[in-house]
Amino acid sequence: MAPIDSPLTLSLALLACWAVVGAVGLLRPHSVALVRRVLFPLGALIGVGLAIVAALSLAEPVEHATLHVGLPDLPMHVRLDNLSRVFLALLGSASAGVSLFAAGYFRKGEGTAPGVLGLQYHLFLASMGFVLVADDAYAFMVAWETMALTSYFLVTAQHGIPEIRSAGFLYLLMAHVGAIAILLSFGILQGGTWLFSFDAMRASTLSTPWATAAFLLALFGFGAKAGLLPLHVWLPEAHPAAPSPVSALMSGVMLKTAIYGVLRVTFDLIGDPLWWWGLIPLALGLATAIFGVVFAAVQTDMKRLLAYSSVENIGVLFTGIGLAIVFHGVGMTELAALALIAVLYHSLNHAFMKSLLFLGTGAVLHATGERNLGRLGGLIHRMPWAAWLTLVGVLAIAGLPPLNGFVSEWLLLQTFLFSHEVPQPFVNMLLPLGAAIVALAAALAGYVMVKFFGIVFLGQPRESSLAVAHDVDGFEKAGLVWLAIGCVLLGLLPSQVIHALGAATGQLIGAAPNLAGQSWWMLAPLTERDVSYAPLVLLAVIVAVIAATFLIVRVVYRRPVRRAPTWDCGFGHLDPRMQDTAEGFGQPIRHIFVSFFEMERDLPSPLDQAPRYRVKVSDRFWQGVYLPIAALLARAANSVAWLQQGRISVYLTYSFITLVVLLAVML
Amino acid sequence: MNALAWLTQFLEVLAALVLAPLFLGWVNACRAWLQNRRAPSVLLPYHGIRKLFHKDAVIAERASPLFRLAPYVVFGAMVAAAAVIPSMGTGLPFRSAADAIALVGLLAIARAFMSLAAMDIGTAFGTLGARREMMVGFLAEPALLMVIFVASLLSATTALPLIAERLAVQDLALYPSLAFTAVAFTMVLLAENARIPVDNPATHLELTMIHEAMLLEYSARHLALMEWAAALKLFNYACIGFALFVPWGASIGETGIGALALSLPALLGKLGVAGLWLALLETVSAKLRVFRAPEFMATAFMFAVLGLLVHLLLGA
Repeated sequence: MAPIDSPLTLSLALLACWAVVGAVGLLRPHSVALVRRVLFPLGALIGVGLAIVAALSLAEPVEHATLHVGLPDLPMHVRLDNLSRVFLALLGSASAGVSLFAAGYFRKGEGTAPGVLGLQYHLFLASMGFVLVADDAYAFMVAWETMALTSYFLVTAQHGIPEIRSAGFLYLLMAHVGAIAILLSFGILQGGTWLFSFDAMRASTLSTPWATAAFLLALFGFGAKAGLLPLHVWLPEAHPAAPSPVSALMSGVMLKTAIYGVLRVTFDLIGDPLWWWGLIPLALGLATAIFGVVFAAVQTDMKRLLAYSSVENIGVLFTGIGLAIVFHGVGMTELAALALIAVLYHSLNHAFMKSLLFLGTGAVLHATGERNLGRLGGLIHRMPWAAWLTLVGVLAIAGLPPLNGFVSEWLLLQTFLFSHEVPQPFVNMLLPLGAAIVALAAALAGYVMVKFFGIVFLGQPRESSLAVAHDVDGFEKAGLVWLAIGCVLLGLLPSQVIHALGAATGQLIGAAPNLAGQSWWMLAPLTERDVSYAPLVLLAVIVAVIAATFLIVRVVYRRPVRRAPTWDCGFGHLDPRMQDTAEGFGQPIRHIFVSFFEMERDLPSPLDQAPRYRVKVSDRFWQGVYLPIAALLARAANSVAWLQQGRISVYLTYSFITLVVLLAVML
Repeated sequence: MNALAWLTQFLEVLAALVLAPLFLGWVNACRAWLQNRRAPSVLLPYHGIRKLFHKDAVIAERASPLFRLAPYVVFGAMVAAAAVIPSMGTGLPFRSAADAIALVGLLAIARAFMSLAAMDIGTAFGTLGARREMMVGFLAEPALLMVIFVASLLSATTALPLIAERLAVQDLALYPSLAFTAVAFTMVLLAENARIPVDNPATHLELTMIHEAMLLEYSARHLALMEWAAALKLFNYACIGFALFVPWGASIGETGIGALALSLPALLGKLGVAGLWLALLETVSAKLRVFRAPEFMATAFMFAVLGLLVHLLLGA
C-alpha cells in the first residue's frame, strides 16, 4: 500500500471527495442554494487540488496500489504514472472552471432535482478520474461504465423533452457499443493468461494478428467515445441536449479519456505498435477533421456547431496519434515523442478552449433562452464579459497565435514536415499531404469561429427580446475567466508545458524533446531544424506596435470621434434581417463541399407572393450507415418476435424445453 | 546578435511602413499605363492616408469596442509580419520569435479581426464582405502554408529568413517543385490582396466587392490604418515571394553594412518588377464571378500540393 501522503493516495482521496461532495447534495435534493453555493465551488476546489497534485508529481516514480473494494477476491488495481498525471491535471484544471461556472448556472429547479444533478455531476468527475488511474480491466470498465451512465443521466437532465430523451438514448447506445469493443480488446490483451491486470497485459506477448485485432478493437471502442468517423453521430445530438456545463465537461474532458485510452492501450499495454497501424487512425483522423469542420460551418444551432467542431479536433488528435504510431513503429522515436506531445498538448488546449466556448453558449442560452444562431446577435453590447471571454476561446480554437490552439497546430505541422523521412516507399510521399488537410481544417476552423462569434455576439440583435439579455453573474464570470486564463497561459508558456508533457512521453515511449539549455520563453523542440517560436515576444511586439500606433495617432492627430447612424446607402430601412443568417454565412461552404451533405432545399419562385426558403442539411452517415443497420436490427428482432407469445404457459414450456436440453447435454 | 542585426531589423520594418503605400501606388500607376489611362501619381496612397488622418472619425451608433480595436490589431499584425519577412536582410533578431507558420498565423489574425469588425455593425454589406473574405481566406491560407512547406522541405527549416538564406546560397538550380508553388503563390497573392480576378480594388460594386465591403463603415484614422495595413499586406506578400523565389540581393547572413546598403536598391528593383508583373496579370485577366473564386483558390491549393508531391517524387 502506498504511503498516506503519496500523490496516488492524495489523488484517490480527492476523487473520493468528489463522490462525497456529490452525495451531500442528496441530503437536501431540492435545495438549489446548497448545490450552487457550497457543492459546486467545493467541487472546483477539489479539481484545483487534483490538478496541483498531478502536476507536481510528474517528476516522481510510478506508483501502484491495490484497493480491496467491490467484489470479494477481485481487488481493484490502481496506478499513477505520468500519462495518468497529465490527464488528471487536465481533468482537474478544466473541470475547476466548469464547476465554478456551474455554481452560477443551475438556477431554478428544472428537470432533474439539483441535489441529484449534483450527485451525477460529481460522480461523473470522480469516475473520469478513476478511469485515468485504473490499472486492471475490471476497475477500468467499472469506472468507464460509471462515466457513461452518469453522463447519460446528465445529458437527459431535462428528460421532459422527447428529443433530449432520444439524444440520450443514442449516446447510451454508442457508449455501450464502444464499451463492448473495449472489453473485447482487453480480452485479447490478456493473451491467454486470464489475468486482467494491466501489468499482466504489459507482460504478455501477442502474435501480430492478435495484437492488430486488439488495437483495432480499442480504436473502435475509444473512437466511439471520442467521436471518430463514422462513430461521431452521437456528439451533435448529445451536446445540445445536455446542460451547458455538462456539454463543456463531455466535450472538453470526457472525449480526452478516450484519447487517454487509445494511448494507454497502444503504447503501454500493447507496447510495440506496428508502424502501419498508425495509418488507420491517421486516415480516419484526417477524414474526421475535414468532415467535422465542414459540418460545423453549416450548423445553425450554436451547440451543434461546437459539437461538430469537437469532432474536428478529435480528428486532429487521432491524426497526431497515427503519426506517432508510424514514427514509433519505424524507430524514429524522437519524432514519435514530438507527435505525442502535440496530441497531449492539443488535448489540454481543447479541454480549455472547448469548455470555454460551451460555457459561453451556456451564458447566452441562459440570458436569451435561444440556441438558434438565427435568433441571436449583437450580444456584445448586453453581455460584454461573456462576449470578450468567449472571444479568447474563439481566437484560440481558430489556431491564431499567440494563443494556445496555435501551439499544438504548430507542433503537429512541424512533425508532418519530417514525415517524408519515414523509410517506407510511397507512404513517405503520402504522409506529408496530410499536412495539407490539417492546414485546410485549421483554416476552416477559423471560418467556423468567425461565423460563431460574429453571428452570436456581433451585429444587430435579430430578435427584440435580446434587448433584455443579462450578463454572466460572479461565479459564471469566474469560471469563464479561469478557462480563458488557461488558454492564454498554455499559449504563452509552451516550453514549460512541453517540458511537463515530455515526462509523460518519456515514460511511455522513452523519448522526450530535449529542451535543455533553451530560453524559458522560447519553444524550439527541433534543435537540428533551427526553428523556434516565442509567443511572449510575438505578443509583446504586437502589443507594442498597437500601443505605439494608438499613442501616435492620438497625440499627432487629435480629432474627435462622432457617433452617427449606420450608413444605409440612402435606403432608410436597415433592419436586422438584412444581416447574414447562420445559413447565409455557411452558404459558401455548402456550395464548395456540396458532396458532403445530404441536402433538401425549397427555393421559392421569383413570382411567389409569400416566399419561403428552406434548407435542411443532414449527415450522409445517417442514410448510409446507421439507418440500414437500424433497419437490419429491426428486421432481425421481428423475425424472432414470434417467440414472444405473451402467455405464461408458453414461457413455462420454453423453460421446460431448455431444462431438458441442458440435461441431455450434461448427461 | 549584434548591432547590425538590430539595424537590419529596424530598417526593414521602417522600409515596410514607408514603401508599402509607394508599392501600391506603383502597381496602380502601372495598371493605368497598361490600360492606356493617365496614371495617378505614385504618391497618391500617401496623400490618401494623410488626408484620412486629418479627418474627424465617424462611427456607427451600434459599433462595439471591437470595431474600434480592429484597425489597430490588423495594423499591428501586419507590422509584426513585416518584421519576420527578410526583405532586406536575413539576420533578423526577431526571426526566432515567429517562423513562417506563425507568419501565416499573423496574417490570419488580421483576417479574423477584419471580418469580425465587418460583422460588428450588422449591415448587409459588412457580413457579405466578411463571409466572402473568410471564403477566400480558408482556401488561400492552406495554399500559402503548402507553398511554405515545399520551401521548408528544400531548406530544412520553417524560419523564413533561414529559408531565404539557404535557398540563396545554393547553386542556381531550377526546382520543378518551386515552379509549381510559384504559380500557386501568385494566385494566393492576387486573392489575398483583393486583386483581380478575385476582387477588384477599384470598385464598390456590390456584386463583386470583398475587401471594400468590409471597410464601408470605417472613416478617418481607422480607415487610414486599415488602408495602410492593406498596403502593408501587399508589400508583405511581395516580400514573402522574394524570400521564397528570388532571395538574391538581400543581405545574406552577417555580411556587413555594405550588403545592407546594397539591399535597399535591390529591394526597390524587385518591387518595381513585381509591381509591373502584378499590373500586367491584373490587366490581362478578367474578374471572376464570386462563385468561381473558390475554384480559383482550389486551383492554387492544388498547385501547391502538386508542388509538394513533385518535390517528394523528384526530391527537388
